[in-house]
Amino acid sequence: MLGLSKKDTRFLLIVIALTLLTPILLQPFPEGSGLAQFNAGYPDLMQRFAIFGIFAIGFNILFGLTGYLSFGHAAFLGVGSYSVVWMYKLLSYNILPGLILAVIVSGIFALAIGYISLRRTGIYFSILTLAFAQMSFNLAYSVLTPLTNGETGLQVYTDDPQILAGENSPTSPHLFGIVMRDNFWQPSVGGWEFTFNYGYYFCAIVAILAFYLSLRIFRSPFGMMLRAIKTNQTRLNYTGLHSRPYTLAAFVISGMYAGLAGGLLAAMDPLAGAERMQWTASGEVVLMTILGGAGTLMGPVLGAGFIKYFENIFSKINDSVLHGWFGWMPDGMEDAIISVSHFFVGKSWHLTLGLLFMLVVIFLPGGLVEGGQRIARMFRRKKTSDSDAEHHPKPAPHVGE
Amino acid sequence: MGILEVKGVNKRFGGLQALGDVNLSVAEQSVHAIIGPNGAGKSTLLNCLVGKLIPDTGSVMFDGQSVLGRKPHEINQMGISRVFQTPEIFADLSVLENVLIPCFARRDGAFRMHAFETVANEGEINDQAEQMLADVNMLEKRNMLAASLSRGDKRRLEMAMCLVQQPKLLLLDEPTAGMARADTNNTIDLLKQIHADRDITMCIIEHDMHVVFSLAQRITVLAQGTPLVEDTPENIKGHPKVREAYLGEAH
Ligand SMILES: Nc1ncnc2c1ncn2[C@@H]1O[C@H](COP(=O)(O)OP(=O)(O)OP(=O)(O)O)[C@@H](O)[C@H]1O
Ligand SMILES: [Mg+2]
Repeated sequence: MLGLSKKDTRFLLIVIALTLLTPILLQPFPEGSGLAQFNAGYPDLMQRFAIFGIFAIGFNILFGLTGYLSFGHAAFLGVGSYSVVWMYKLLSYNILPGLILAVIVSGIFALAIGYISLRRTGIYFSILTLAFAQMSFNLAYSVLTPLTNGETGLQVYTDDPQILAGENSPTSPHLFGIVMRDNFWQPSVGGWEFTFNYGYYFCAIVAILAFYLSLRIFRSPFGMMLRAIKTNQTRLNYTGLHSRPYTLAAFVISGMYAGLAGGLLAAMDPLAGAERMQWTASGEVVLMTILGGAGTLMGPVLGAGFIKYFENIFSKINDSVLHGWFGWMPDGMEDAIISVSHFFVGKSWHLTLGLLFMLVVIFLPGGLVEGGQRIARMFRRKKTSDSDAEHHPKPAPHVGE
Repeated sequence: MGILEVKGVNKRFGGLQALGDVNLSVAEQSVHAIIGPNGAGKSTLLNCLVGKLIPDTGSVMFDGQSVLGRKPHEINQMGISRVFQTPEIFADLSVLENVLIPCFARRDGAFRMHAFETVANEGEINDQAEQMLADVNMLEKRNMLAASLSRGDKRRLEMAMCLVQQPKLLLLDEPTAGMARADTNNTIDLLKQIHADRDITMCIIEHDMHVVFSLAQRITVLAQGTPLVEDTPENIKGHPKVREAYLGEAH
């Protein structure tokens, strides 16, 4: 189906199901219970999962397949956001023109940056991309203020032309009248509350398309050439293939994914600021991809979800929440435990994430996906008992499982 | 006029004259061996043919065209494939994928944006690659990771990757080094077979005299970057200068 093998079709269907059921799956704890704060099924966060999932899927096409580590992809995120807000200002709050423009502009931007940066490999390539992104970041604050509105950030003002906006058209981002921030269903079942939001479902559908496209790229001859570049570029050149256009194409595609993600950020919240282009944002997508598993299909999405979850949920656990949890303990013990866990939650969530990242890199170089595969293999081995599987030569792992 | 004409090639690395005034003519559809002691400049000469190095002076003509100044992939697309002294394969890809890539390179040229096709659906190319793997007795290993192959298998895989391109000129840098005797004999048979079946010219660097004398029609002896003699295997065997410079040393 859709040009995919049976196995991939099943894989895609699972991903679609998980994505569409996210508002339910991320709401496992009943409202009012002590664990309710671990629920992540609210629109704002779910949108972020989908958007940063797209960002990481695109980044993975470059870094996961070719091994070229870009440290400047946040620049495309910023370009995407600015494009969308400009379309709001000039045309209307309809998000479609902006998103199309975001993909085109970030593609052109990526072509220019990639054309220059890809003349070098390894650390020099990374430094060049970082330099370009920081340059964009600084320009956005200085010379380009007329385009970016500097530190205030770009936003829509009442005196903006908005030439396509009608009398009664919505005054916040919408798709042909469907307002992104509106919820279309808020059922409460027993103690559970679920929120079904237009914005999330729009992001989810775009993310599914983005995922499908990346699946096709992974299975294509083009994707195979990209993986070949990662393992042995010399051999590729002596096999009659020109590696530069391949890497450039991968760079542009991943830049367009980043632009789309940036556009979606502005489609959910009509604001664009230069901080989106800062190097920390570029670093974050690198972490997401490595944490989840670079070069695998699901890894980057998992990594993105993980980091966004930590950023939004762990950071909310403050001392009073901790007191609530450990209140049943004797006082001295309670204080001791709280003063230790204090370092890992709340504002210190970065520390937990950092430790987790270190553990993954050291013990699971293939990321969370490798962890999942190991667990799955453990179960399978138990089932087939101790057959002679160990004696067989190691088959090549299927990319993207 | 040979298919490959090397004239007056010099190459220096700092103070070291790696190649000194090398002239070489390889006749079309012949098997030409280059022998010589370690450090004689054999690999350096091949590097000058495939665009890895640019000679300081001299000319290299292939099929009537100069290869100098062209990029490696352009030279390969002209019809020169090379097996390296240390195997250059795609270690993280499967054995089959290793052979598929040159198949695509042959059909689609140096670059094609085939992001919407599926490798598994390219029936003809898959058949081609599997046939080639069968020819080198590696079909049952097609799903293995190339990195996990033995040294001898890596060489055979690299040879398969070059052969499947059906090059006009195949350059082999010590193709049997590190192979067991039986594998070496298989390789000799394979190369003989390929040479009999196809319009291919081979240029082979080898230390194993058994391989050289089984395959070569002409032999060039290189010593300290300069060709010493060029002759038929029979004459080379008895040549006093060669015995002194090379065979005497090696045995
Ligand atoms: N890139 C390089 N830079 C500096 N010196 C080099 C380089 N490549 C080769 N050399 C030197 O040039 C000389 C010839 O090397 P080459 O590899 O061509 O020898 P060879 O005949 O292939 O030897 P072997 O039988 O050991 O493979 C050697 O002394 C080597 O150290
Ligand atoms: Mg050598």
